[in-house]
Amino acid sequence: MINRRSLLLASLATPALATRGFAADPIKIGMTQPLTGAVAASGNYVANGAKIATEVLNRAGGVLGRPLELILEDNKSNPREAVASVEKLVLRDRVPVLIGAWSSTFTLAIMPKLIEYKVPMIVETSSAARITTSGNPWIFRIAPTSEMEAIAFSGLLSKFTPAMKKVDFLSVNNDFGRGAAEKFTAALAARGIAIGKTETMTPEATDLAAQLTALKQSDSDTVFVTTGVEQMTLALRQAVEQRLGKRIVTTGGSFPDQLLANPLPPGNDSFHILFYAPWFPERAPHPAIARTYTEEWNKKGWEFAGLTEGFRGYDAMLTVVEAIKIAGKPDAEAIRAALWQVKIPGVNGDISFAKEGPAGQESGQNRPNVSILKLSEGKTSLL
Amino acid sequence: MDQALQHLVNGTVLGGTYALLGIGLTLIFGVMRVVNFTHGELYAFGAYMTYAFVSLLGVNFFAALALATLCGVGLGALIELVLLRSMRKADIDSVMLVMIGASLVLQNGEMWAWGGVAKLVPNPFNGSPLVLGPVSVLPLRLFVLAVSAALLLGFWLMLDRTRAGVAMRATFQDPETAALMGVRIGWVNTATFAIGSGLAAAAGALLGPVFMVSPTMGDLVGLKAFAIVILGGLGSLPGATIGGFALGFVEEYAGGYLSTEYRDAFGFLLIILVLALKPQGLVPAKERIG
Repeated sequence: MINRRSLLLASLATPALATRGFAADPIKIGMTQPLTGAVAASGNYVANGAKIATEVLNRAGGVLGRPLELILEDNKSNPREAVASVEKLVLRDRVPVLIGAWSSTFTLAIMPKLIEYKVPMIVETSSAARITTSGNPWIFRIAPTSEMEAIAFSGLLSKFTPAMKKVDFLSVNNDFGRGAAEKFTAALAARGIAIGKTETMTPEATDLAAQLTALKQSDSDTVFVTTGVEQMTLALRQAVEQRLGKRIVTTGGSFPDQLLANPLPPGNDSFHILFYAPWFPERAPHPAIARTYTEEWNKKGWEFAGLTEGFRGYDAMLTVVEAIKIAGKPDAEAIRAALWQVKIPGVNGDISFAKEGPAGQESGQNRPNVSILKLSEGKTSLL
Repeated sequence: MDQALQHLVNGTVLGGTYALLGIGLTLIFGVMRVVNFTHGELYAFGAYMTYAFVSLLGVNFFAALALATLCGVGLGALIELVLLRSMRKADIDSVMLVMIGASLVLQNGEMWAWGGVAKLVPNPFNGSPLVLGPVSVLPLRLFVLAVSAALLLGFWLMLDRTRAGVAMRATFQDPETAALMGVRIGWVNTATFAIGSGLAAAAGALLGPVFMVSPTMGDLVGLKAFAIVILGGLGSLPGATIGGFALGFVEEYAGGYLSTEYRDAFGFLLIILVLALKPQGLVPAKERIG
């Protein structure tokens, strides 16, 4: 079903392959991530995933007989800086392909530049629907849209006891947060679940007491929280303070890892929609690849729970390298054409692109897998 | 009604936080006429020092708060001695530019030293809230409020009842005459900047464990601190306290009852209204302490 699967599995599951000597110039791959600012935790995790994929792939021989060089730029959790980072990567470093940019807001800001400079970009995290429906043929998204995530989640509703009857939303006030609230509203309403309030918060907000007090008054049983790791952690901690008394489900694939070492008091369990649960690599669609990724990450001594987001960078690099291999040259247009032929196994599952958007200007959209993790007193389990 | 009471508690806690942020900034402006753009970064510095003492060196949490504040005092004294002392005769614009530069250096230094990922500071308080009827609050937040109140009172007493306070107030009113009366203006400026910086670091040390610690945490805080000081009246200690609580309550009630989306906008709307009706801020110049 999946071409090249055996070959890639063999190479990616064997990290101990000897490092090859390279005579040729490296092939540059550009990446823009929020390495500082409001969502820096997630951006650093994704960047780390890409770094270890680069190391693993270089140990396995690079691509086209040349080593890979990951050039990382900080978009500072800011859409203007995201555009500047892409200009630097394309004009100064001459990268033929990009990976980025974590938040939908940053990705949407960058998209006109991709058309202007004719460079393809693998979108590893952003979930706003219009990224792939607005007619940008240089976009290839391996992350699920909020709609995909919501529909996949609604298929797992039976795993929750007691059953969900009415839900509220606490969302960061940007494309990511508002988009998730809209799509989850539609998916859950279609399953007969009542929809209550939607409260929003600015990305920089640290005191969420007003929002949580307002949500406490609702007669809902569940609150969906959509934001980055830092604000998600604050929301969960402050929900305890405000005695929210409702089930909390977080969306978007981020995990509040600092609550493992600093757990919430008993009786404050939370549920997290994830695209990779590193505590259980054997449950991943391709356990050998998931294990290699997890082991390489752990060798670095990085925060374990960062694996939940780091896989995005890892899978994005696998996708880019496969496209360069198919293209036969590190050329932007050739890579764009080759991305439509990519069919590889990744940490999250199989990666390939279906067409989305207006005819003739389609973007590529992958269909990723979703799982639900329960966090209870610092302990994790899969639903 | 239950919701209103909870908002009252939340607003009080938030207001206490804001007041603490405002007093250090207003003290420095009141005495030195320096617009301290490093205030937000000194706040972040205090939070990182607490993290370093507690999580990396295993120091007792309460001792770490005191040590972090002292580090803030030391850094403030250093900034005054190295950057500001030689600029005492310079115009306010030049000093502002230097302080903006210092703020950028501090923020980037924090990013370089600690990385961009936010840190959580462990604390010895129970993570479950204290519950009184319909309202709840974390013990850590009450501790922060109590320490903030103690710091506000302590600094008011220091300014009002001690020789150092008299020297600071004399310097504020007329530096030349104060110097003729034997006040060592240079050391008053160093002490004022160090104390103001220590207050910012204390605010960071106290609030770091409540929220999270990151290199950019000072950005929003710096903005809010300026808003509080302008609202209360530049150079006014009671003004900063009243301004802090006013902003806290407006944000809390407007966020809770009108719109969380425009929560920050309501705070700035309040400032526009106050400045339109009372351009000197809530506490006029004649009532100022600093």
